[in-house]
Amino acid sequence: MIEVNKLTKRYGPVPAIEDVSFSVRAETTGNIVGFLGPNGAGKSTTIRILTCFQPATGGSATVAGYNVFTQSMDVRRNIGYLPESAPLYPEMRCREYLTFRGKLHGMARGDRERAIRRVTERCWLGEFIDRPISQLSKGMRQRVGLADALLHNPKVIFLDEPTIGLDPTQIRETRRLIKELGEDHVVFLSSHILHEVEQICTHTIFIAGGKILASGAPADLRQEISAGSRLIAEIKGEPQAVESAVKAIPGVSAIECETSDAWNRLTIEANGTGDIREDVFKLVSAKGWSLREIRREVASLEDFFIKITAEQRGARV
Amino acid sequence: MRNVTVLTQRELNAQFYSPIAYVVLAVFLVVSGIIFGSANFRPGAESSVRVLFSLVPMTLVFFVPLLTMRLLADEFRSGTIETLMTAPINDAEVILGKFFGALLFYMVMLAATLVYPIFIAAYGQLDTGMAVSSYLGMFLVGALFISVGLFFSTCTQNQVVAGVCSIVLLAVFTFLGDYLAANQEGTLRVLLQHLSINTHYENFTRGMVELSGVTFFATTTILFLFLAVKMLEFRRWR
Ligand SMILES: Nc1ncnc2c1ncn2[C@@H]1O[C@H](COP(=O)(O)OP(=O)(O)OP(=O)(O)O)[C@@H](O)[C@H]1O
Ligand SMILES: [Mg+2]
Repeated sequence: MIEVNKLTKRYGPVPAIEDVSFSVRAETTGNIVGFLGPNGAGKSTTIRILTCFQPATGGSATVAGYNVFTQSMDVRRNIGYLPESAPLYPEMRCREYLTFRGKLHGMARGDRERAIRRVTERCWLGEFIDRPISQLSKGMRQRVGLADALLHNPKVIFLDEPTIGLDPTQIRETRRLIKELGEDHVVFLSSHILHEVEQICTHTIFIAGGKILASGAPADLRQEISAGSRLIAEIKGEPQAVESAVKAIPGVSAIECETSDAWNRLTIEANGTGDIREDVFKLVSAKGWSLREIRREVASLEDFFIKITAEQRGARV
Repeated sequence: MRNVTVLTQRELNAQFYSPIAYVVLAVFLVVSGIIFGSANFRPGAESSVRVLFSLVPMTLVFFVPLLTMRLLADEFRSGTIETLMTAPINDAEVILGKFFGALLFYMVMLAATLVYPIFIAAYGQLDTGMAVSSYLGMFLVGALFISVGLFFSTCTQNQVVAGVCSIVLLAVFTFLGDYLAANQEGTLRVLLQHLSINTHYENFTRGMVELSGVTFFATTTILFLFLAVKMLEFRRWR
């Protein structure tokens, strides 16, 4: 559905995105793809290129089977787009706006009215469909923008931070709507909210500093991140002996020890994918020490995100 | 072409929602009323719409940019340009849609001034041919001014900047054209005269519809529309 190949966009000399490549196919990635990255990562820039708003400086991309640069009109007919700020014409009424948008998409009167009824219901516009847009709250506008993106039943829907500025109830409702949309549309949404992406997306693409850093199913990513895992263990014994014995376990890369009331609280960094909890337990029982806690901390996407962001910042300085 | 109609319709509606358009319409009518009144209601003055018609373009230098400055600058500022230009509509259709929207509103403005010739026709002698050619002239001048205003509105996201730039350029060609031409010699003089909006327009107020005048207005209008399309493309390339 979306194929992106070495896409680069420069504003002046500094690239906003550089050599961005990824692909979204229903079979391999599922229908809901999260495009995750910190502020200024290049999410909006990438989406603007894929929606044919801006041409790229280099590289190529196809959306719904059409080339973004050479078949722009075909791409546009097959996509819906909700920009970050959900821009609308304040002087128009909701219904009038949706009618205008429907006409731009070449929908005949009957189709258009049916489509407006459908999106009104889906995006809960009922209570304000005949009110001027200038009188609507931010959340209501966001929903009007979303309704517009769905109006012509496009194959691919691009949503740039769709839940930003919404209250918790509406965030939940919007996420549910996006999940529903995933049943018969491809949804490409950008976000910097991790648990949102974990919750609703079938595939995640991380971007930071204009480069793709990782991609995969949220669960796989977590697996990948937790490869180097961390173990917390509390062992009673002579601190030096405990520390050196645990350090000798294969796979342990670093260890920290805090002692209080004869209990040693060890923070063990292990590399590799293996689980060393069993080794620790065997060691403790062989030595005749006592063990009161052993726990493996699995890194969350949050950790990964923070790590990546910190690395990016480090690289830039 | 369907896209152009859809956009034109929206633009025209937007004008009617905009307070600025009403202010422009009202002030334009007041100003033209004053011009008409001071030219006609003096003892001994012949009743004529001639003075009105020859002064109207001067006022348009200020009024038209007020109508056009919003057109694209506001779309860029509010971000609606993104939704507009990711719908299946190309750059030229956007510019034409905006142009015709403003042009229709301008025609409403012109239609409102029809009361003056009607007044003259009722109480005096109206030179119908002259009135018709004057209206054609005003229509052409308006179309040119709108395309210039539209071009500047494509250049910036600041309405005021767009408005001021259009007023300056239009004022130079309307007021300074003749003045500059008078101080020049030879080909430069001919060239400046040819570029002066007033030179071309005056013939229309005398009841003469000249091909050169019509071509002048038509080509310059098309030129600025073309520049606006290029500017729109260029801004998205950045
Ligand atoms: N019109 C522009 N002119 C110049 N630089 C720009 C422009 N738009 C974006 N940039 C730069 O490109 C980079 C990527 O911006 P982009 O808006 O794509 O980030 P983002 O990932 O959407 O961030 P956010 O989460 O804040 O929305 C930023 O460094 C930004 O400063
Ligand atoms: Mg963004």
